[in-house]
Amino acid sequence: MNLSVYRIALKSIISKEIIRFTRIWVQTLVPPAITMSLYFVIFGNLIGSRIGEMGGYSYMEFIVPGLIMMSVITNSYSNVASSFFSCKFQRNIEELLVAPVPNYIIIAGFVGGGVARGLLVGLIVSLVSLFFVPLQLHNVLVIALTVFLTSVLFALGGLINAIYADTFDDISIIPTFVLTPLTYLGGVFYSLTLLGDFWQALSKVNPIVYMVNAFRYGFLGISDVSLLTSYSMISAFIVGLYLWALYLIKTGYGLRS
Amino acid sequence: MYALEISGLQKTYSGGVEALKGFDLKVEKGDFFALLGPNGAGKSTSIGIITSLVNKTEGSVHIFGHDIDQELELAKAQVGLVPQEFNFNQFETVLQIVVNQAGYYGVPRSVALQRAEKYLGQLDLWEKSNSRARELSGGMKRRLMIARALMHEPQLLILDEPTAGVDIELRRSMWQFLTQLNQQGITIILTTHYLEEAEMLCRNIGIIDKGELIEHTSMKQLLSKLNIETFIFDLPAGSHIDSLAGFTCRMVDDHTLEVDVAKSQGLNAVFQELDKQGITVLSMRNKANRLEELFVELVSEGRNRES
Repeated sequence: MNLSVYRIALKSIISKEIIRFTRIWVQTLVPPAITMSLYFVIFGNLIGSRIGEMGGYSYMEFIVPGLIMMSVITNSYSNVASSFFSCKFQRNIEELLVAPVPNYIIIAGFVGGGVARGLLVGLIVSLVSLFFVPLQLHNVLVIALTVFLTSVLFALGGLINAIYADTFDDISIIPTFVLTPLTYLGGVFYSLTLLGDFWQALSKVNPIVYMVNAFRYGFLGISDVSLLTSYSMISAFIVGLYLWALYLIKTGYGLRS
Repeated sequence: MYALEISGLQKTYSGGVEALKGFDLKVEKGDFFALLGPNGAGKSTSIGIITSLVNKTEGSVHIFGHDIDQELELAKAQVGLVPQEFNFNQFETVLQIVVNQAGYYGVPRSVALQRAEKYLGQLDLWEKSNSRARELSGGMKRRLMIARALMHEPQLLILDEPTAGVDIELRRSMWQFLTQLNQQGITIILTTHYLEEAEMLCRNIGIIDKGELIEHTSMKQLLSKLNIETFIFDLPAGSHIDSLAGFTCRMVDDHTLEVDVAKSQGLNAVFQELDKQGITVLSMRNKANRLEELFVELVSEGRNRES
């Protein structure tokens, strides 16, 4: 099979995914804008004004990158988890399994859809934040690279979750019990330097710490961890999750009997 | 080269159920082939393996010479599948479903749109192209699955009970459509529980039971094996016949007579005997489809041998 066949197949999967989440925009694009507006009002304006500075910036400026990243993480993950599981549930994943589409294209297609939603929601939340605080841009390349890699990583996570899931409950367990706590404890609302040594060391096991900090560096130029460490961690997670997803699809786990 | 060549195919599911026990099958290029068998015989498992939806345990499958273990993508590109269950996204439109499917096979969008118009048009679905799949009737959904399977113009079309639950008028129009496709050179493999459908459409037949192929021959040869046929004669109300010389017969009610006729006997003799007894025949028909009788006979013979 030649490369143009794969390119068309990839484009078809990604455009199908984009059409899906834009068709249900009230469920996919509006809620993050409302939720983040509430975070900005409550944590940024009302409570933040009493907290004072953090890392040399106002509390509002400090939490904005983390909140954008939180939206990107949640949306990249849940887009792929719900879309892929829905394909399994309605059995239309068979449309792809019978076609001459290599497994890596299937993964790239669904991940591409998750990344598209993650980035679009990230952009919407960034625009909403402009109503509350002027956005600083310290290094646009770092911002772009971090947000892209993070959405790839969590889209892969959502895919793996959907492959293992047997019921709709199974795709909400990980976001509720793993993703949300890791995000809240990932330095979105505070600097790691506020923690004691033990909790700082423990926080560094949390991959979201690296993403939030790299992203914050892109906006404000401050970070609790080095950029090199952040990118190394994110890349290692992406490679690990990709190989895991590839193995599952290749062996047909939950897809082929 | 065969359109499909299966050799020693085995499938044991994780629970230990042996669905296929060393199954061999060859389907000629351009054939219209019926794969029949009772429920749970292994038909859908076989189709699942051919189309990569089920992992095989042992054996080999070649599609137009492409081994599914060595050249899976080339093998897949030759096949169009119409599955038994509806398996499209109910929230997508008819056009999105068929154009996306073409895209998965590398068909450019401009070509896919032309083909969508062609196949949806031929299957009377073009007017529904912007309707969501869930809004379609059962018959329309079946036709949508056929249109979807044709979008990449496969050489081998596999239909797993395509007319299940479809009314007779629509079934006949689907038969006509499939016959035209076969005349254009597309090899078709069909599974069905309507044996009349298989008899009418297919040139060759394989009967599978308990994971083994128990018959693999031409439809003509198979039907010639049928030694006795049962005919039903509609008689005027109040007719009565005790016996018919040379034939086994029985009155079902006061106006229906069933007569078993051996291939060597012929129907003229039945009419002569009825005439002798002054019985008027109002109409006459086969009791059951010929293939249906043979099918039941072959499957029960196989099971008797086993026990």
